[in-house]
Amino acid sequence: MGGEIEGLLVILCLNTIYAYGIFLPAASGQLNLGAAGFITLGAYAAAWLNMSPDSEPGGLGLPMVLSIPSAVLFAAAVGFVISVPILRTRGVYMVLATFAFAEVVSGLVINLEFVGAAAGMPAEDHVDFTGLLIITICVVAFCYYLMSTRFGLAMRSVHDDESVATLFGVNVRATRVAAFTIGAAIVGLGGALYGHHFNYVEAQGFNVLLSIFILLYVLLGGTQTAWGPLVGAAFFTFIPETIRWLGRWVGGEFGKELIEYRLVAFGIIIVMMMVLRPEGVVTRTLLERVFTLRRRAAPAAAE
Amino acid sequence: MSDAVLTITELNKSFGGLQVIDDVSFDVARGSRTALIGPNGAGKTTVFNLLTGVYPIDDGRTVLDGVDVTNIPAKDRVIAGMSRSFQNIRLMPHLSTVENVMLGQHARARGLAQQLFPLGLLRRNRWAEEARAALEQAGLDTYPGQVVADLPYGIQKRIEVVRAMVANPKILLLDEPAAGLNSEETEELQLLLRQINDRGTTLLVVEHDMHFVRTLCQQVVVLNFGKKIFEGTPDEVHRDPAVKQAYLGTDSTAPEEAGNAA
Repeated sequence: MGGEIEGLLVILCLNTIYAYGIFLPAASGQLNLGAAGFITLGAYAAAWLNMSPDSEPGGLGLPMVLSIPSAVLFAAAVGFVISVPILRTRGVYMVLATFAFAEVVSGLVINLEFVGAAAGMPAEDHVDFTGLLIITICVVAFCYYLMSTRFGLAMRSVHDDESVATLFGVNVRATRVAAFTIGAAIVGLGGALYGHHFNYVEAQGFNVLLSIFILLYVLLGGTQTAWGPLVGAAFFTFIPETIRWLGRWVGGEFGKELIEYRLVAFGIIIVMMMVLRPEGVVTRTLLERVFTLRRRAAPAAAE
Repeated sequence: MSDAVLTITELNKSFGGLQVIDDVSFDVARGSRTALIGPNGAGKTTVFNLLTGVYPIDDGRTVLDGVDVTNIPAKDRVIAGMSRSFQNIRLMPHLSTVENVMLGQHARARGLAQQLFPLGLLRRNRWAEEARAALEQAGLDTYPGQVVADLPYGIQKRIEVVRAMVANPKILLLDEPAAGLNSEETEELQLLLRQINDRGTTLLVVEHDMHFVRTLCQQVVVLNFGKKIFEGTPDEVHRDPAVKQAYLGTDSTAPEEAGNAA
């Protein structure tokens, strides 16, 4: 496999994991713009736990099989604690609250000497592309399973109508806290894998732009089904690259301009998707149509 | 009344300075089909909201099958045995028909193992089978996988009844189940409600359609401006002067029955 393509697939895996972590709260009606915060927590926790105590800036020297799960638990614990005040807010206020949380994390990490402060820190053990891909598939499968459970049904009901969900016995608060916490754990896992794949973590890389893009993958992919984040992450990971390849393929002055203006094209595509598919690319109705067509086509083909 | 499944005692509720429910007391007999009627703004839906815990009660007591449910949280009332439908359709628009019905089962599926059971992955599980059977019984089996937002009004209205029914309540509270239905749909609804009642579920129905009430219910409670003004059989209700006055205003020269005024 070409190095360029593998590099792109690594980004796709990480983006997919982040997207599922933000999707779970979104599926229960909560917008989390704090992805960068949980990525930072996961990445730094894994790096610090993994680095040997003699290294600079130090650590615990745990192997990767321990540092990654511990980082996930750490992100989940922080997610659980902050979900209590954050879930009191709604809509755009929740977006702002989660954004503020991510800024607090970033501000703290940049000033903590024992994790390298502004210089960042290395993470020794390496996760290769295969490992990353396997874990990504597991995350997608886990989220797909979770959405198919009664808990998933409760999450989607809370998204649609909290008060009716309550009247049918759904514990709305517990459902929201659980979705937010599991989501935080998954985003933290993405952060830990980032650290162990690139072997260096730097808080400046995990900025609000990243949080915005991840939330965009989820919202534009669609929050109604477990396929949305995968489609959204794939779409947005590939589009800028596709435009770049397209520019090279066209060549000449126009091709060069296409590459230079690819972010403009990217922005226009985002706006168009919001207009054309306001509920996301993948919706329940879309899947229903696809499967009905297939079912109708099958008996016809058999004749 | 000897055996009441629901006893409401001196219920009071005011919003701001407005007393919307004023000392309302009545019993709903076990296994009965009882109607709660009254002119617009009489407080019928408010009674439902107080019973199901949407609003807290100012004063009074509600006892469901011997258990005082006055102050338990809304989410636990369905476990206590009370479920409802809504005046305006409140199905989950992004869920399929079967999933909406499975939400109705939520109160019966307790414990972590039940919460993590993959309903959507295993097509032949007991919950989905039960939901499909309930839909089939209600004559709604043609639309199991469809997202409810795409279905016609009359169908959605009946899915709401099925969703409330699969909670296996002791009492089913139906808020204007026939509103907006055509005569054929209304008849199908009557049939469904009788089936549910025959299996032992008590019905308390808020309804404007007096013909519907007369043919379905054995007992009628009439509210006006938050006060109970009548309690009796559907035949008596037409002869009651207070009810006539509530619906038609004061007119001593009109000997017609007030029945169709609603």
